[in-house]
This record gives sequence, structure tokens and C-alpha cells, in this order.
Amino acid sequence: MAMTAQEIERFIKEGLPDASVEIRDLAGDGNHYAANVISPSFKGKSRVQQHQMVYAALKGRMGGELHALALQTSAPQE
Amino acid sequence: MSNIHQQIDNDVKSNDVVLFMKGTAQMPMCGFSGRSVQILQHLGVPFKDVNVLASDEIRQGIKEYTNWPTIPQLYVKGEFVGGADIMMEMFQSGELKQLLADKGVAAA
Repeated sequence: MAMTAQEIERFIKEGLPDASVEIRDLAGDGNHYAANVISPSFKGKSRVQQHQMVYAALKGRMGGELHALALQTSAPQE
Repeated sequence: MSNIHQQIDNDVKSNDVVLFMKGTAQMPMCGFSGRSVQILQHLGVPFKDVNVLASDEIRQGIKEYTNWPTIPQLYVKGEFVGGADIMMEMFQSGELKQLLADKGVAAA
């Protein structure tokens, strides 16, 4: 079981509609990706909370189908 | 709190720095866990390594304990700091060294 970059982007955007998402495939095996997620809803949240919001959008796939997702999250610069 | 959560809670509260990882500090079994060990060793901070591969109960329990789906997980003074990405980001920015100093965790 693996995921495509498009699927990951779609899940994140469903969970965080105002996010801009950039996915990079690290290994070409559908299992190792890097994602840069920028969303106003991250404002005032710690890194851990921001990452948890992205994991929640992925509805339990993180750590299961998706082995590795190197996450970078930030709120948009004012 | 289930007894596995109790055991985890006890681990993170009775050790200054705890790294739940795949494998051991001497023999990491996953790239992210290995990199996290290197970061802590580079900072010269003693830590307790907990091999989640040795027990499915811990492997599942730790994810529920902190609502974080991946391994490794770093705890400093009982507080969840983050996974491999956050550790790397904080290490590169110097925040991790600062956090350890702020929490009074002396480098060896």
C-alpha cells in the first residue's frame, strides 16, 4: 500500500482548505515524501500542533500506508 | 490511564531525556531513528533509548499517549518535543540546544 503525491495533497487540502501544499517525492516508492504546508490556521500553534493538524487531515494514514512524510509547516508571512 | 500508558508516563517522567525509537542507540533500525540518535549524541546529552520494536504494546501505546503517529519521539523532562523532522529543524536552528539548556539538562 502506498500513496501518490496527489492523494496526499488532496487529503491535506480537505482537512486544511486554506493551506497551500507542496509535495516532493523523496524515494519514488510511494512511501517517502516531503511536504511543505503553509496555512493561516497554523498561526499561533506550536510545530507539534501544526504537524498534528496535518496528520489529522491524513486520517490515520500517517505511519501506516504512508511510512515517511518529512513535514515542514508554517503560517504565511504577514 | 492504561498500564502501558502508565509505564510510558513513568519512563518519560523519571528520565530527563527519552527517545522512543526503532532499534537502540547502538543499533538504530530506521533512518529517522538513527538520525535522531546522532543529533542527541552530537549535543552530548545522555538519554534513555526505548526500542519500540521490542514491544508492540509500547509501539502502539506511545502513538496514543501523545497523539503522534510516527516513531521516533523525543521527550525532554516529561514533555513531548517532536519527531525526527522537528528534532532536525530545532537542531539546525539551535533551538534544541537552547531547550535542553533551559530545562537544565546538562550535556555530558
